[in-house]
Amino acid sequence: MARTTISSLFGSSPVTPLQSHMSSVQECIVELIPFFKAVLKEDWSKAKEQQKKIAKLENEADKLKKKLRLHLPKSLFMPISRRDLLEVLTMQDKIANKSKDIAGIIIGRKMTFPKDVNEKLMDFVQRCIDASMQAQKAINELDELVETGFSGREVKVVQDMIKTLDDIESDTDKIQVKVRAALFKQEKDLPPVDVMFMYRVIDGIGDLADLSQRVGSRLELMLAR
Amino acid sequence: MELITSYGTIFLILACIFGLFMAWGIGANDVANAMGTSVGSGAITIKQAVLIAAVFEFAGAFLAGGQVTKTIRKGIIDAELLSATPELLVYGMLASLLAAGIWLLVASRFGWPVSTTHSIVGAIVGFAAVGIGVDAVHWSKVGTIVMSWVISPALAGAFSYWLFRSVQKLILNRDDPFESAKQVVPYYVFMTGFIIALVTMFKGLKHVGLEVSTVESYSYAFAFGLVIMFMSMMSVRKIKLDPAADKDFQFANVERVFGVLMVVTACAMAFAHGSNDVANAIGPVAAVIGIVQSGGEIAQKSVLPIWVLILGGAGIVAGLLMYGRRVMATIGKNITELTPSRGFAATLAAATTVVFASGTGLPISTTHTLVGAVLGVGLARGIGALNLNVVRTIFLSWIVTLPAGALMSIFFFFTLKGIFS
Repeated sequence: MARTTISSLFGSSPVTPLQSHMSSVQECIVELIPFFKAVLKEDWSKAKEQQKKIAKLENEADKLKKKLRLHLPKSLFMPISRRDLLEVLTMQDKIANKSKDIAGIIIGRKMTFPKDVNEKLMDFVQRCIDASMQAQKAINELDELVETGFSGREVKVVQDMIKTLDDIESDTDKIQVKVRAALFKQEKDLPPVDVMFMYRVIDGIGDLADLSQRVGSRLELMLAR
Repeated sequence: MELITSYGTIFLILACIFGLFMAWGIGANDVANAMGTSVGSGAITIKQAVLIAAVFEFAGAFLAGGQVTKTIRKGIIDAELLSATPELLVYGMLASLLAAGIWLLVASRFGWPVSTTHSIVGAIVGFAAVGIGVDAVHWSKVGTIVMSWVISPALAGAFSYWLFRSVQKLILNRDDPFESAKQVVPYYVFMTGFIIALVTMFKGLKHVGLEVSTVESYSYAFAFGLVIMFMSMMSVRKIKLDPAADKDFQFANVERVFGVLMVVTACAMAFAHGSNDVANAIGPVAAVIGIVQSGGEIAQKSVLPIWVLILGGAGIVAGLLMYGRRVMATIGKNITELTPSRGFAATLAAATTVVFASGTGLPISTTHTLVGAVLGVGLARGIGALNLNVVRTIFLSWIVTLPAGALMSIFFFFTLKGIFS
């Protein structure tokens, strides 16, 4: 049956798909914890298994991303700008991509970290995942924001969440400095190429928090419009 | 004159059949659109919507439909010019009904957003300008009507924007939105009842034998508002906070309170639609009846027989029951994102605008007014996604509907003229 005027006026809201994409990304990134645990124990079969899991979850997030993009015609009139929305989506997706890259490099090179880097590294990963979790929390408020028309108390709630996200991110920066320092002390005794890639992995983990923060700041821009 | 007396009964029967056809079309398609926001918000079921529509469309047509009927019947055409040849007016009105009815059928088949109002006005202007003469059309009146087509969606949009903003301020942004909603919602109900009752009494009730003065209108409307406000208070009080519902979405309980309001505004909308759109079907019928009953006099003063209003109402209800409920079901499935708080703002704004237009005798498009109202809520950043393509297709349908209605009615006009004269 042909759609009527009123029913064709309503498009499908991008909010729920964006939220499910973020939760899919989050599912992917939390798998880094068991992955790193296995790597630090040098349990390669378990690590390999985890890496496959991460790749699979990243793939799923990718599918959601494509689906959402295809459903965003320019004629859609939304309470948030289309650009901000797509930007948030891209940032979210990069978190999953980065997780996959990190797991890939480590598995590919069977990377083993020096003992006194291990503990700090685990902290670092955990804290970066905290950042993305906080980003997800903020994104999950989007439907409440639409409900309140982006005004009043709800805006304050989300701004506070973003503030916390920023705090977590600067926390991860501090941990990252410590991890690098620990590695620096040992680097002369390690194969140079390995060390180079270790730094790259550390940067990659730091990027996870960075990207999460950027999700938050885009969300802040949405509030401001 | 002889024509009228010899073919009078045939003209009457034809008018009733065409009028019913048109009313049926309105009930089948238009009503579903008018009820769309109410059904879409999930606050009422399809069954309830059909029931509300059947009762209040009828009430609206009966109690407040007189002014627009008058406009369609004799506001657009200068009937003085036709006093020597009243049969031309009969042909014209029959042709217009047929043209508008068929155009609606074709358009709804293809899913074009055409308006019954635009079709019938286009058809009447068409046959009058070509079949009788350009001077036969009250162009200034037509100009006012066309202006009202642009103004009504804009007005409804502004009103719904303001309404939704007030909902944000008074309820959603409060510390306890649920309690605030329970307190404030009955006042919105009062406002709805008061406005609708007031406009209706100001303009419409003479034909049911009720003469009310201004003061009486205000006090009756006030009393009516209070009564339904009290009723809504009773049902709002029954709503208990359900913490489980708020787990995923904090405002789920608040929206349940708005559900009560949505029922009231759905009634208002059906009433408003009945008061404005039924006239599209029965205005021309009334014109034909007027001529036939007076034996060919173009009686400017004749009163509208009540049974014609009933005929129109019955036609609409028939269309609604036979076809409209299915359209409603589709709308309900398609609009899932609309919550009662938005649905209410849009519906009330549209209903008020339409009732005002009915009171002033302006035939406007309920659907387009509702679209304007929904966009108003969208502008207040209240709706997840709106498809602006619809606005473009609405403009296109304006450009197409007026000439299409006109051309078809010209064709039918000359056909009827050929058959009878």
